[in-house]
Amino acid sequence: MLVEEVMKTEVISLKADETIETALKLLNDHHIRHIPIVDEHNHVIGIVSDRDVRDASPSVFQIEQDKEALQNKLESIMSSPVITAHPLDFVEEIASIFYEHEIACVPVTKANKLVGIITEKDMLYTMIQLTGVNVQSSQIEIKVIDKPGIFPEVTAVLGRRKTNITSVLIYPYQPDSTYKVLVFRLQTMNPMPVIEDLKLAGYEVLWPNMPGMEQ
Amino acid sequence: MAKYAGDGTMTCKAAFVYSEEFRTYRFRDDHPFNQLRVTLAYELLQSIGSITEQDLIPPRMATEEELLLVHEKPYVDAIKKASSGSLSEEEGYEFGVGTEDTPMFNGMHEASSLLVGGTLSAVDAVLQDKVDHALNLGGGLHHGFQRKASGFCIYNDGAVAIQYIREHYQAKVLYIDTDAHHGDGVQWAFYDDPNVCTLSVHETGRYLFPGTGNVNERGIKEGYGYSFNIPVDAFTEDESFMHVYETAFRKVTEYFKPDVIITQNGADAHVLDPLTHLCCTSKLYEFIPKLAHNLAHEYCDGKWIALGGGGYDIWRVVPRAWAQIWNIMAHDKPAEGDIPKDWLDKWQPKAPVQLPSSWHDHQGLYKEIPRKAEITEKNEKVLEKAMQFIQLKHNLPK
Repeated sequence: MLVEEVMKTEVISLKADETIETALKLLNDHHIRHIPIVDEHNHVIGIVSDRDVRDASPSVFQIEQDKEALQNKLESIMSSPVITAHPLDFVEEIASIFYEHEIACVPVTKANKLVGIITEKDMLYTMIQLTGVNVQSSQIEIKVIDKPGIFPEVTAVLGRRKTNITSVLIYPYQPDSTYKVLVFRLQTMNPMPVIEDLKLAGYEVLWPNMPGMEQ
Repeated sequence: MAKYAGDGTMTCKAAFVYSEEFRTYRFRDDHPFNQLRVTLAYELLQSIGSITEQDLIPPRMATEEELLLVHEKPYVDAIKKASSGSLSEEEGYEFGVGTEDTPMFNGMHEASSLLVGGTLSAVDAVLQDKVDHALNLGGGLHHGFQRKASGFCIYNDGAVAIQYIREHYQAKVLYIDTDAHHGDGVQWAFYDDPNVCTLSVHETGRYLFPGTGNVNERGIKEGYGYSFNIPVDAFTEDESFMHVYETAFRKVTEYFKPDVIITQNGADAHVLDPLTHLCCTSKLYEFIPKLAHNLAHEYCDGKWIALGGGGYDIWRVVPRAWAQIWNIMAHDKPAEGDIPKDWLDKWQPKAPVQLPSSWHDHQGLYKEIPRKAEITEKNEKVLEKAMQFIQLKHNLPK
């Protein structure tokens, strides 16, 4: 899945010479946590997060005295340079960026211009879609030997029962690395016939899969 | 009305919606959804002398106008076409019919309309004060969507009935769903409606269809805080299920103050049910209607409509579980002791399994659950989370 399919394209951005107060208001009004800072060519030159703004805001105990702190320019607190993504990047790559750099948002640029933004929340939403839990379905898990050709054998069993597949995940089987666990979400309320067929074909079906329980 | 005593001393006026025609709702011979269950429950009640012909009311056909209270016209049209065998497989796909779960069958529109009509007959009997309570075991098809059939359900009789109550009686409706599967169709139909409160206690959707019913599904817009979900863990047993059900049902009733209660009484949380992974027994199926009966008298002047629902061990589980709803509804007391011989003699030859000899399940029906303590604790946490919203509202200064 590509970043351009997931990113938000209506991006709220500010110029570097605008004030912290402006940023604070935008963050609150729009319930957002990041504002990319752009120059006159719409190139991303920095980013401010709600935490940057809060750190630069006066303490609630001294709100009157320190009001001028809010008049400082954003360039004084913005992070720079900025890690950005391209619309043709893969969503998985963005997940790695979030994890490795411990950040929660990247602006998306094309020909150096700001075209979108993708946040941790968008990322999680996409992951939820990928697991298929948002569609009516039943989940079954099948323990299989980790070797080529197994997957089509399993899906052929599902196909014979005209069972539509909502999503598929493949996990390593922790106790024994020669096995994998295939996780299917199936569009049926009655997975019993499929489970029977799979067992007849010699597969181990973990349904439901709870450690310490016999199947 | 006299204060409800709950000790078997009170006889309520109740109606049982029944017709042999319910069995026309039939997908395929080997399909797990089998309305023979209703007949089995009815005949079991007859043979213990708990029901007479005077208790019966016939289901009526729901009109198209009534179906459209919840369903969209193109969907009803598609079901009508499927009913006469003129809907192609390709066309059916969009509407969720022609799948393994909900195959097309001749007369499916009429058969489904009768189930909905049965629930409407029950509603009218109760809300026109002809009876205190009414039971339609042919209904409770809670997975039907606005324009999609799913999970063995075509038209959603519960949802149609609730909307019908809203329009004809302007009453506030509390819908309680104890089917092992999440009551998604009814929940989504009233997700933004503050006059309809839904509470579903079900097996977690991690494995089980439909996968929804998470504790954080609480409604939207004006309906926020009027949807409650308690997903219990696989292998949950009687005690834990009864505890979360009772706590949640009481709190939600007190908070919402309904005018009428509708219960969906799916009987598939039983350990013998082939489709689910819960480990409950006949004990649960006495407790569920008892509490509903109790609270209906306490808060709604008795107004209670009970529906059927899931239940796929149609021989050993459903007849007893559903008969007890009636026993409690009409006589304030569950049946006890042996299952009558005439019922066993009639049905045992047709059953592929040994029929139960007693109303109560025997100890040792299943092997001990090794992680019982953890499961119970987890369910308790989920209950707390689900009730947080009420707690929060409660503590606010008025």
